[in-house]
Amino acid sequence: MENFTPLSAALGGLLIGLAAAGLLLFNGRIAGISGILGGLLDLPRGDMSWRGAFIAGLLTGGLGLLWFYPQTLALPSDYSFITYAVAGLLVGYGTRLGSGCTSGHGVCGIARLSPRSFAAVTTFMASAILTVFIVRHVL
Amino acid sequence: MKLSIAAFVLGILFAVGLGIAGMTQPIKIIAFLDVTGDWDPSLLLVMASATLVYFLCYRWITQRRAPLLAEKFSLPTAKQIDARLITGSVLFGIGWGLSGYCPGPALAALPGLVPNTVVFVVSMLAGMLLFKWSDAWLSARRLEKL
Repeated sequence: MENFTPLSAALGGLLIGLAAAGLLLFNGRIAGISGILGGLLDLPRGDMSWRGAFIAGLLTGGLGLLWFYPQTLALPSDYSFITYAVAGLLVGYGTRLGSGCTSGHGVCGIARLSPRSFAAVTTFMASAILTVFIVRHVL
Repeated sequence: MKLSIAAFVLGILFAVGLGIAGMTQPIKIIAFLDVTGDWDPSLLLVMASATLVYFLCYRWITQRRAPLLAEKFSLPTAKQIDARLITGSVLFGIGWGLSGYCPGPALAALPGLVPNTVVFVVSMLAGMLLFKWSDAWLSARRLEKL
């Protein structure tokens, strides 16, 4: 457990929670990233601008990270191109079919005490833990 | 316009939170998911902290009749735990476990332009489009059969 970073984890979580709460307070929307991004692909719709603006904000925030805190964007090099291509497809398709990801079901759904989100989070956590177990300890 | 400005600023805050929390580092996510290995519980604390803040704010915010800038709250209404929810979550979990990326952190990490990050985001968009088209095709077929 020597990699445990409790302070930055709690602080980062606080900012994530505040940003999600802000989107509810100002825009009346759930901060589910897969839903916001997926909605952008459902052209044409009337609510494209705030969705586009939120995604642009995420990318801009990422630029800020790159500038001030570049070690946060590092990636292990021992994972193949193909792995990331397959993983991306599964994440894109799966989050749309399951109507949410770590933010929408994870943070917002759990906090709203939604039974659907409890079921989704339990399922994707179990599935991800099993995947890592197989990749790291079986293969 | 105001809606978009608010969404833009909150998107920045969200990404900065993800970065500070360590969520944009696939190595930390995989170390969290590797419960039988050298376990890193950081992500649990990120989720707990974000969820607690949202839980408290949610109760306070939804006492209002409307959000500050929009006419009404747009909240999910689906109640049923169905095969789509579970199958989608299983697939998402496999992709998350393989890469250490979920949608938000992958987008926040995109400006780093690491090849695997770019490949992941492009494939994720392709997966979302694939879902949109296959879903439309399947529902059209279901209607034909009726």
